[in-house]
Amino acid sequence: MKKSVYFGVLTVASLAAGAAAAGTLDDVKARGKLNCGVTTGLVGFAAPDANGVWEGFDVALCRAVAAAVLGDGNSVEFVPTTGKTRFTALASGEIDMLARNTTWTFSRDVDLKFEFVGVNYYDGQGFMVPKELGVTSAKDLDGATVCIQTGTTTELNLADFFRANNISYEPVPIETNAEAQQQYLAGACDVYTTDASGLAATRATFEKPGDHILLPEIISKEPLAPLVRHGDSEWADVVRWTLNALISAEEYGITKANAEEMSKGSDNPEINRILGSEGTLGEMLGLDNAWAKRAIMVGGNYGEIFDANIGESTPIALSRGLNAQWTKGGLLYSPPFR
Amino acid sequence: MTTITEAPRAQFRLSMLLYDTRYRSGTIQIIALFGFVLMAGWLISNTMNNLAALGKPIDFGFFAEPASYDINQRLLDYNSRDTHLRAAFIGLLNTLVVAVLGCITATVLGVLIGVLRLSKNWLVARLMTIYVELFRNVPVLLWIVFTMAILIESLPQPRDFIGDAPTAFMGLFNSIAATNQGTWLPEVLFSRSLGNLHLFGEARLRFDVSLDLVAILVALGIGIFGARIVSRRAERIQSETGVRPKTGIINFLIIALPVLVVLVALGFYLDGPHLTTRKLKPIEGGTLIRNSLIALWLALSLYTAAFIAEIVRAGIMAISHGQTEAAAALGIRPGRIMRLVILPQALRVIIPPLISNYLNLTKNSSLAIAVGYMDITGTLGGITLNQTGRELECILLLMLVYLSISLSISAVMNWYNESVKLRER
Amino acid sequence: MSNTHADTVAFVRDTMLPQQEPPPSSVGAVGWARANLFSGWFNTILTFVSILVIGFVLYEILSWVFSPTWNAGSLRECREILSAGGEATRGACWGVIRERWIQLLFGFYPADLYWRPILAFILLGVALAPVLFADKVPSQLIWFSAIYPFLFPWLLWGGTIWGPLSALAGFVIGYFVFKALSEVTSTLIGIIAAVVAALLWWLVLSGYVVDALNSILPIGIQAVESRNFGGFMLSITIGVVAIACSLPLGIVLALGRQSDLMIVKYICVGFIEFVRGVPLITLLFVASVLLNLFLPPGTTFDIILRVLIMVTLFASAYMAEVIRGGLAALPKGQYEGADSLGLNYWQAQRLVIMPQALKISIPGIVSTFIGVFKDTTLVSIIGLLDPLGLSNAIRADSNWNGVVWELYGFIAAMFFIFCFSMSRYSMYLERKLRTGHR
Repeated sequence: MKKSVYFGVLTVASLAAGAAAAGTLDDVKARGKLNCGVTTGLVGFAAPDANGVWEGFDVALCRAVAAAVLGDGNSVEFVPTTGKTRFTALASGEIDMLARNTTWTFSRDVDLKFEFVGVNYYDGQGFMVPKELGVTSAKDLDGATVCIQTGTTTELNLADFFRANNISYEPVPIETNAEAQQQYLAGACDVYTTDASGLAATRATFEKPGDHILLPEIISKEPLAPLVRHGDSEWADVVRWTLNALISAEEYGITKANAEEMSKGSDNPEINRILGSEGTLGEMLGLDNAWAKRAIMVGGNYGEIFDANIGESTPIALSRGLNAQWTKGGLLYSPPFR
Repeated sequence: MTTITEAPRAQFRLSMLLYDTRYRSGTIQIIALFGFVLMAGWLISNTMNNLAALGKPIDFGFFAEPASYDINQRLLDYNSRDTHLRAAFIGLLNTLVVAVLGCITATVLGVLIGVLRLSKNWLVARLMTIYVELFRNVPVLLWIVFTMAILIESLPQPRDFIGDAPTAFMGLFNSIAATNQGTWLPEVLFSRSLGNLHLFGEARLRFDVSLDLVAILVALGIGIFGARIVSRRAERIQSETGVRPKTGIINFLIIALPVLVVLVALGFYLDGPHLTTRKLKPIEGGTLIRNSLIALWLALSLYTAAFIAEIVRAGIMAISHGQTEAAAALGIRPGRIMRLVILPQALRVIIPPLISNYLNLTKNSSLAIAVGYMDITGTLGGITLNQTGRELECILLLMLVYLSISLSISAVMNWYNESVKLRER
Repeated sequence: MSNTHADTVAFVRDTMLPQQEPPPSSVGAVGWARANLFSGWFNTILTFVSILVIGFVLYEILSWVFSPTWNAGSLRECREILSAGGEATRGACWGVIRERWIQLLFGFYPADLYWRPILAFILLGVALAPVLFADKVPSQLIWFSAIYPFLFPWLLWGGTIWGPLSALAGFVIGYFVFKALSEVTSTLIGIIAAVVAALLWWLVLSGYVVDALNSILPIGIQAVESRNFGGFMLSITIGVVAIACSLPLGIVLALGRQSDLMIVKYICVGFIEFVRGVPLITLLFVASVLLNLFLPPGTTFDIILRVLIMVTLFASAYMAEVIRGGLAALPKGQYEGADSLGLNYWQAQRLVIMPQALKISIPGIVSTFIGVFKDTTLVSIIGLLDPLGLSNAIRADSNWNGVVWELYGFIAAMFFIFCFSMSRYSMYLERKLRTGHR
């Protein structure tokens, strides 16, 4: 169903009415573009480069989904969202999926009516302090001035943590990571708290990273997960299994470079099923059988995406930690492709 | 007689609704009203349908739930277990604080700059022109962010005040410490405090009134009332004898004495910020005014002052030059000409645009979120909205609050405007 | 020693003496300085304080601005260049501006299509010329001004040419319906029918017609989604569209507010006071999270359009007040003159009142535009990438993480240039209009 809405002199084709009725997957296919919500800018996760091309860890997932559904990793419209606008943008159908390091919580899943499709980054809230303070534990932070980003769960975790430990603090709410960094470096706050990945990324860009330490306490679980609207399971399956395909690809050693070759058939039936040379998994999803191969060939498997955007070879230099494969002591565990 | 009045009624035709000027205005109004109601009904029914589809019917119940977040700059007691409603109230007070402070400073600065722009000193006049143009032509949001960045980068850290070789020192007899976290001022304390009056029994809605403050305000009120009586008497004597008795000192004493007595009775003292040896919280005691407030206050004042300066200048230039010359012919000195002759007349031209600038300042204070000052936009329209997901309720309420503030400011200022208006005889 | 002059005067000057040179201290540079800088102790102090302030500010800023970092590719390189130069890390890192200035100006607009916004904004000047420099350009240009509102969105958004043409057709249809009906029946019916016909065309028919025409004759230029708008282009687009659309709305609201019809008047007053009473940021929140709720389920259109709608509504309330000021400034005789000629309300407005009231209001309109243009920075708070929003996105690039002043300075300078030139122009106009009136 297509109708044109005219606003004075502006001609705007409105997006298909009744997203739930038509199904997001069909919408995306009809449109030829995936609308993917990302942050307005977070080092390593999503940021536009000088040519306006979006890059980052979250961005790579959007591209993988676009490649799986539409065959081209560049058929994505990136919609920058803020902490405030992200959920409305998704609920109203402005975006098809949200990959904006969003914590999977009960109330967001149940009350706000979204469907989280799996975790693409296991994070936790940590603290960074200057070495000269001589603090070694978050419990020593009595009276500290703490910089936090507003509109996130970190704010609530922080209040709970200090209250539970019966120590006082002064919150300094801040809109963006860049501002937080400026305040922290100038000493306007003693402590900076956000997701540990963000802390590491921020510290990496400091002039003297060695002057700052991350405290050992991780005060919250922050499973960052891509999400879609509630009630459209077909679409949720597409996003979920694209993510799983990326994770499985790493487990089975399918890379950007060898995916083409491996798709001709291999000894491992699971690899064959993922890459579409065996079985009809793609058709069950409403796609073709090469969907996962295309998704992998955009930015590589999970490990490659991680290394290219936030891994140890990048300035951000995050170690895999919890985000290693389950075979290597991490939490990444994709259900089988069967 | 009856035939004349009945004649047009008998000839009423439907087309008269369109052609007869007596009925046409009614027709237009009914059509307009109909269109308006239709439009409003359409919007409301859409909203209801959409909310029902989202499973979020309008519900203000979340206001009674714990807010779970902290607010650093606040006038009243607040902690993270308090309700969203109280958080919103704290935010509202913060908005009012910055608006009132901003309006006062902007007016003082604006008048000063407006007068200096007309200064005979070429350099000063040019400098003030540059100031006005610079501030008027760059968005206020940029100024707010700028000011915050300057405060953060140029002031010393609290840590610099302590240690073996401190690089920063407190000013004004060790009573003020300006740091890049904020400025510590001496705290007002009472050794024989009357305590607080707890309104509302329920803890969630608690509202404490400081009895000390009430006592001081009562004393001040009595003083001002007394001073008015004295002034009235002086006026009466003046109109009878032509000689006005001196009232300045008496009035000052009448206003100041009761307050002073109350202060002494309450055991008023100031307790300045103290340095400690801890690195984490090196300065304790005193009242901390955070940089977010200072930056917002400064930026809004400086920005609005540029507009007020232009208004003041236009107001002064609107006063005919003959007034200045006449005053000069009477032998009044230039400073006094400005104060006694020009400004009082210019005020009438200045007040109306001044009102709208106060309104603008108040509305611009909603940009507080850019520096993390927790005003009503930051609490109700920010964190509460984010945490509860109740966009419609929060934003409508937010608009309502701003609307009431704006309307009350314009009401007060219009009333004032009315009272200083030139009364033509 | 004599008291009588008549007989004792020995000498009477019979020629005028040549004028003496004024004392050297009151002419030339010295005299000027004495008169303008050092007249009295107070002014002298002020002068010295001013010189100190200027010197300090200039020294601080210039030593920072002149920094050899134009070619640096990241903040790290900047720091290396600066520390190699000897002075620690004092100095700007201009590499970020070199790399990103185009992005700050055009956002994500396709690079090969930059000519379109540039052309659109140049043509904007041409279209405004008949209004702004009425005495210097041929009057036929007004036809171009009439077409321009349809040309502008076509150039920026691209797409098929039939879109803007059908939007134009709506006005033409409305006009003819009005013409036809107002002669047969009353003006009122004509106006209502014209509005209904135009709306019917825009909302229902034109979609099919455009699709049909487009399939027969696909004439068009590459379409650009408004999501790709960013940087100053976004700010200017929002500003221009909001002002252009708010002008007719503002006129209607201003007339409504002045009208004798009570219900119409209260609706207009209510709208104006409501919009002027709330901060723009709350309206932008409405645009970003609520506007979709107010529309029929399933209708979504992108955030930039929603912002355009809200900013237009915002601007129209201010515009209404500006035009009301223009109407109030008009001598009552003009109204009475129009009445005495037997003109009806709309004729009087169109032929007598509005041309004069709008002319008086132009400076006010320009300053409203400046205000709206500056306020477009607020859209960064709801996640749009205007210059300020882009500066955050740029700082999220790990190369430029930590750059603050260079970006803000560049943005502030651009805003200053735009707004300052417009305000100068408005002042010039004000002077011109004032002399025209006396």
